[in-house]
Amino acid sequence: MKHSTSCKPQTGLHREGGRAATGPYSPYGEEAHSDADKASNWRYNFGYLDENTKRMLRRGLLKAVAIPGYQVPFGSREMPLPYGWGTGGIQLTASLIGRQDVLKVIDQGADDTTNAVNIRRFFGRVCGVDTTEKSADATLIQTRHRIPETPLKAGQIVVFQVPEPEPLRLLEASEVETRKLHAHQEYGLMHVKLYEDIARFGHIATSYDYPVRVNGRYLASPSPIPKFDNPKLHQSPALLLFGAGREKRLYAIPPYTDVDSLAFDDHPFEIQAWDTSCALCGSHDSYLDEIVTDDAGSRMFVCSDTDYCTSRREDAR
Amino acid sequence: MKPILQVKQLAKRYGDRYGCRDVNFELYEGEVLCIVGESGSGKSTLLATLAGRLAADEGEVTFRDANGDWHELSTLAEAERRRLARTEWGFVTQHARDGLRMGVSAGANVSERLMALGHRHYGQLRATAAEWLEKVEIGAERLDDPPSRFSGGMQQRLQIARNLVTRPRLVFMDEPTGGLDVSVQARFLDLLRRLVHESGVAVIMVTHDLGVARLLAHRTLVMQQGRVVEAGLTDQILDDPQHPYTQLLVSSIVQA
Repeated sequence: MKHSTSCKPQTGLHREGGRAATGPYSPYGEEAHSDADKASNWRYNFGYLDENTKRMLRRGLLKAVAIPGYQVPFGSREMPLPYGWGTGGIQLTASLIGRQDVLKVIDQGADDTTNAVNIRRFFGRVCGVDTTEKSADATLIQTRHRIPETPLKAGQIVVFQVPEPEPLRLLEASEVETRKLHAHQEYGLMHVKLYEDIARFGHIATSYDYPVRVNGRYLASPSPIPKFDNPKLHQSPALLLFGAGREKRLYAIPPYTDVDSLAFDDHPFEIQAWDTSCALCGSHDSYLDEIVTDDAGSRMFVCSDTDYCTSRREDAR
Repeated sequence: MKPILQVKQLAKRYGDRYGCRDVNFELYEGEVLCIVGESGSGKSTLLATLAGRLAADEGEVTFRDANGDWHELSTLAEAERRRLARTEWGFVTQHARDGLRMGVSAGANVSERLMALGHRHYGQLRATAAEWLEKVEIGAERLDDPPSRFSGGMQQRLQIARNLVTRPRLVFMDEPTGGLDVSVQARFLDLLRRLVHESGVAVIMVTHDLGVARLLAHRTLVMQQGRVVEAGLTDQILDDPQHPYTQLLVSSIVQA
C-alpha cells in the first residue's frame, strides 16, 4: 500500500485568505513558473533548502559519522515550522533526500498524527518524492520518539528529531563545561542522575531519552525514544542520524556501531515490559500505548507503531 | 619526608596589577598550611592559582602524585590536570552552593567523585556515602535529603565528605568557615582537625581568621598586597610576629 505517492506539484496550496488555487505557490509571481518543467514546477529548490545549506549539513553529517556520538555544530536555518516540531530532523532529511528516495515520517510511532502527516506532505511537495507508511519500503525514515518495530535494514537512513542533544545538560548548565566533560570523557556525572533515580524510586526510573555510550567513547542522547528502543540502536544495520534544530547540533550512530545504555553493576539496564498484549493485533513484543476509551476508566493497550500493527492485522486476515 | 607541593616565584597578574607575586613555599604530606591576610591581599587568587583554576603568569607550581612523579602545573595538559583534580585533590569552597550539587541528594553528592573514578555498584556507593555522612556528623538517615535542606554547617561538612571520600592527598579550602557562626565554626574545626589527622591529607586553607589558623595550621603564610610578608610555624607567628602587618593582625584578635 503506497500512501500519497507522487506528490508532484499539487494544484494549489490551501491557504487562508483565498489564494487562487490554479498553480503552485510561487514567490516570484504567476508568470515565473509558466515555462518551468513539469517535474520541478515548484519554485523552491529541491528539498526546500538551498544547495549551500545542504552542503554545509552534509559536511557536518560526514564529520558526525566519522566521530560516532560527537555533537557537530551546524548553522540551523529557519524552517517553515516552529522549533520543537522537528526543525533539526527536517533539515537533515532535506539535505539527504534524493529523487529516488522513499520517505516515511513517524510521530510517536504513528504515521497519521499531525507532525508526521505535515512533514511527509511537506517533502512530497518540495521534492516530489514517493512517500510510504511501510517501514520496510522506506529508504529514509524521519522519526520522533520511536524506532519502528520492523527491524531496520542496511541501506536505510533514520533521522531522529532531537530537542536536547546534550545528555548532561540537566546536571551541567554550562556548554563550555559539558564540552570539556565530553573531551575528557568525564561521564561520572551521568551516573549521578541514575543514582538519584534509584535513591528516589528504587529503580532507574528514566524511561525515555535514556543516555547511551556510543562506540565506547561519546555519551549521547538517543533523543526522546523510550528506553524500549535503546537495544535497537546497538549494531543497527541502518545509519542513524540525529538533528537538533534549536540547539544547532547534529550527531550520528553509523551502521554496526556498539551502543551501550548506562547502568549500575547491581541495577542493570532493563526495558519496559507489559503484562498484556496489543488489543488490536495481539503483539506481545511491541511498545504499547495506553489509550483511555471512555470516562468510566476503561482503557486499552495498543501498539504505538501503527504500521507494524496494521500489517500484522492484514497478515492475520 | 618529601614535599608534595613546591611553589617557586609564583605570580598571577590581573592586567598590569599583580594578584599575588613572589610566592615561594613547600608543602609536606599531611601538613596543614594556612594563608591569612585581609580582604584583597591575594589569598584566594593564590589558592586558585595553586589549584590550577587560574593560570599562573610567572613562576612554577610542582605537585608530586601518589606514584612519586612530579608534575609542573603550568605545562601540564588539561586532561592530566583534571585527572589530578579528580583523584588527588579536593576543593572546599566558602559557599557550599559553589561546591555542592544543590539539586541532588546528599548521597549523590558524596558518590559523585567515586562515580567519576568509575565506581558502578549502587549498593557499595550508597554504603560508602552513608559511612561518610556518619563521619562528618550529618547522619546516614539524611542520605536522601538534598543539601538545600541542610543548615550552613551541615552543608560545609557535606562538602568535606564529598571531597575526602576519594582519599585525596591535598585539599584546598577557601574560607570554609566563612559563613558559619562561632559555635558551629568551632564544631566544624574540631571535626576537620580530626579528619585531617586521621586521613593524613595535606591542606592549604585560606582564612582571614587567625583563630582558625591557630587551631588547625602547622604553618602559616601571612599575605599583604599580593606578597607573602611573613611565613613560619603558626605558633611562632602568633606569639612572636616580626612584620608590622602581622603584629597588627595578631594584636587585633579579640580576646575571649
